[in-house]
Amino acid sequence: MARVVVDVMLKPEILDPQGQAVQRALPRLGFDGISDVRQGKRFELEVDGPVDEAALARIHDLAESFLANTVIEDFTVRVEEVAEAVK
Amino acid sequence: MTARIGVVTFPGSLDDRDTQRAIRLAGAEPVALWHKDKDLKQVDAVVLCGGFSYGDYLRAGAIARFSPVMEPLIEQAKAGLPVLGICNGFQILTEAHLLPGTMLRNNHLHFICRDQKLRVENAETAWTSDYTAGQEIHIPLKNIDGQYVADQRTLDTLESEGRVAFRYLDVNPNGSNNDIAGVANEAGNVVGLMPHPEHAVEPLVGTGRTDGLPFFTSILKKLVNA
Repeated sequence: MARVVVDVMLKPEILDPQGQAVQRALPRLGFDGISDVRQGKRFELEVDGPVDEAALARIHDLAESFLANTVIEDFTVRVEEVAEAVK
Repeated sequence: MTARIGVVTFPGSLDDRDTQRAIRLAGAEPVALWHKDKDLKQVDAVVLCGGFSYGDYLRAGAIARFSPVMEPLIEQAKAGLPVLGICNGFQILTEAHLLPGTMLRNNHLHFICRDQKLRVENAETAWTSDYTAGQEIHIPLKNIDGQYVADQRTLDTLESEGRVAFRYLDVNPNGSNNDIAGVANEAGNVVGLMPHPEHAVEPLVGTGRTDGLPFFTSILKKLVNA
């Protein structure tokens, strides 16, 4: 089994009021030196079978049509190595 | 004979009964549609009502957009079936790409519930013909994901083609681009807006006016005279 991670972020030109609210809270909590925060979504897809080119293409379609709204969001698809359980 | 107007109920829809009531008050016959229906029961028009379909999970409207009932709805809307999306219904129509742009969280992050002044910009759509262009109306607004956004080219197209159907007046309550409260598709049969006309159809409740009723009388006249 392999894991594919889809990260979805608002496009740079889209205002992110939630990220701004987090950023504004930081000085109050004693965290200095952080000039900007953007909030996004991370999807972890556990894929049955091999993650070959065809599987990745299908996940790309899924991300484009469902997980992200490409009017306002960008997304990336990547395969994550899952460490084998140590016996 | 009167017009039959469908109202879709998704899991999490809230305003289906109010919408049915508004349709009845206008003189048309409301027809309940279920999100799992695979056909539209031969209705003459459809309203997607407000609420929080599927808990607004993923994005508002994103999951409802793939409900079985949406398949015939999208197909028939493209062929001219009149469809009105109110609030969550508007969000579903943008997710289904029947209307351009999308909704973001309100720029101030608060849920709003207030009477909102609007200007009717386009009185030639299937759902706005009983208004006059430039008319100012008051109807309730209640949402947290109400900030309408679209890229500049889309906004320019909407403005130049007169497809901004409603604009917020006096105050922009959520940061929407160009004060846009509602838009129409190119043919004018599909209209979506964030404020709730179905809550302003009787003097007793809502804004104390009946400024929302013309949505439903507009479509009735169009269908009966067709």
